[in-house]
Amino acid sequence: MPNETQTSRLRRELMVHLARGIQEGTLAERVDRLPLELRPRHPRPDPLRCCVHSERAILRYRIMALLGFGAEDETDELKPLAAYAREALARRRRDDRLLTVIDEACSACERGRHTVTDACRGCAARPCTLACPKHAIRLEYGRAVIDPAACVNCGKCRDLCAFQAIHKLSAPCERACPAGAIARGEDGKQVIDRARCVACGQCLAKCPFGAVAEVSELVDVAGALARGEALVALLAPALATQFDVSLPHLAGALREAGFQGVVEVAAGADAVARQEAAELVERLEAGEPVLTTSCCPAFTGLVRAKFPALAPRISATPTPLAVAAGLAEARFPGARRVFISPCVAKRREVLEGDGAHHVLTVEELGSLFLARGLEIAACAPVDPDLQASPAGRGFAAAGGVRAAVLAHLAGEAPASEALAGLGPDTQKALRAYASGKGPARFLEGMGCEGGCVSGPCTLADPRLAKRRLGP
Amino acid sequence: MEPLTVTICAGTACTVMDGTGLLLLEDQLPEGLRGRVRVRGARCLDHCREGRGLEAPYVLIGDELMGRATVAKVVARLEERLG
Repeated sequence: MPNETQTSRLRRELMVHLARGIQEGTLAERVDRLPLELRPRHPRPDPLRCCVHSERAILRYRIMALLGFGAEDETDELKPLAAYAREALARRRRDDRLLTVIDEACSACERGRHTVTDACRGCAARPCTLACPKHAIRLEYGRAVIDPAACVNCGKCRDLCAFQAIHKLSAPCERACPAGAIARGEDGKQVIDRARCVACGQCLAKCPFGAVAEVSELVDVAGALARGEALVALLAPALATQFDVSLPHLAGALREAGFQGVVEVAAGADAVARQEAAELVERLEAGEPVLTTSCCPAFTGLVRAKFPALAPRISATPTPLAVAAGLAEARFPGARRVFISPCVAKRREVLEGDGAHHVLTVEELGSLFLARGLEIAACAPVDPDLQASPAGRGFAAAGGVRAAVLAHLAGEAPASEALAGLGPDTQKALRAYASGKGPARFLEGMGCEGGCVSGPCTLADPRLAKRRLGP
Repeated sequence: MEPLTVTICAGTACTVMDGTGLLLLEDQLPEGLRGRVRVRGARCLDHCREGRGLEAPYVLIGDELMGRATVAKVVARLEERLG
């Protein structure tokens, strides 16, 4: 996907520039020039938009999001980025908006309508005109044309066309959203309904224009590191797969970047697997039909929002992050905890709970390293302050939680199923479980296909990450 | 004919700038190039120093350096060189 590479590259370049600015203490004075420097008039880099001014305007909003402000919250278009940067460096707590739609970047994609493409031959059989229950299709200049006002999107014409000339248009973000939380606003641009959003991050990953951005805490964390505050890094299990280095090297790099301690969240996952296994036995013995895992907030959020009958079956065991946070607090009392993960949904968990004070994505961490010119493999290796077993680290890939929990059971394991991704197949399965007809008694649920190694904010190609995790 | 060596950097800057897909180059070579290219990973090719990290990911094709490498760009260059 060249588009994805373009937009993810750009996002990371911006992150590196901001992180460098914070390190050098020049963020506020340089930040307003960034869009101009990155998008000069001459020679103009390969145009992504209609004109250089549009590109600069979009960059401004991307930078706003990286500074921790949603484009929707802008009240004064003339407010300089420097003012946002100063606010970001001074705040102790971020706003609770997770995702922002940069309306300048949103192309207001066509949604949910059928259109006839150039492949139409204006054939003699014309099954489309005959099949249309609304008589919405007529021939013009030897080609079928659909009247959008009359079309009800039944798709019969599409199914019957011998030339596959009829195509259903849809907005990629809407198609990707499992919760039906993103839809066109009055001006045709997309708006995220925060009450419905489960923060799975799929819209972010799937928009070809990069119009959805995370409201970031990069500045908060980079600023705290620059000020030498006591921070402890909590590494999501997927972190072990993201760089081509050993975990002690990564821990060494985090120390070098200024973190006081490094804790593997997978150590919390080990405890979770034990506790969830005990809970599973207890609740199945009490006659409950099924127990689902609770570690993925996008999954549990979707279950609560769309399948409330299944909500009581979500495990009461805390998440690996919550457990690891307790361990980290005991080990580094008073230090601010920074959870580093490939996930958007965990941001919400952190905002709503007390697991960590900040969240950094893997992308943001990588950008911090790059900004410092830090080569992880060249850092002196140190063991993480709290270490995990391979089973706990296995939480990073689909099927890993199920395997870790079942490994703690004595005797015969109950029938189990692992669902990954929140698309139509998963929702169909969840509907069955919600009505008490699911085939398994233990259900692992992951918001991302492939599990956390395929998260929306990863750096490593998921195939490679899975390989690094080992069997 | 000795196979042409392609060296893929697996260093930090190249990972951050979207270079990890290159490490799977072997699986993505077109039929005509298989067996004629030797792919190997490198710790760090050290081209990202002095603020050149944003030009990552780096790849060496033989001893020719390519910045901002992508799988498509590398394959195209290999086809030019090996025909």
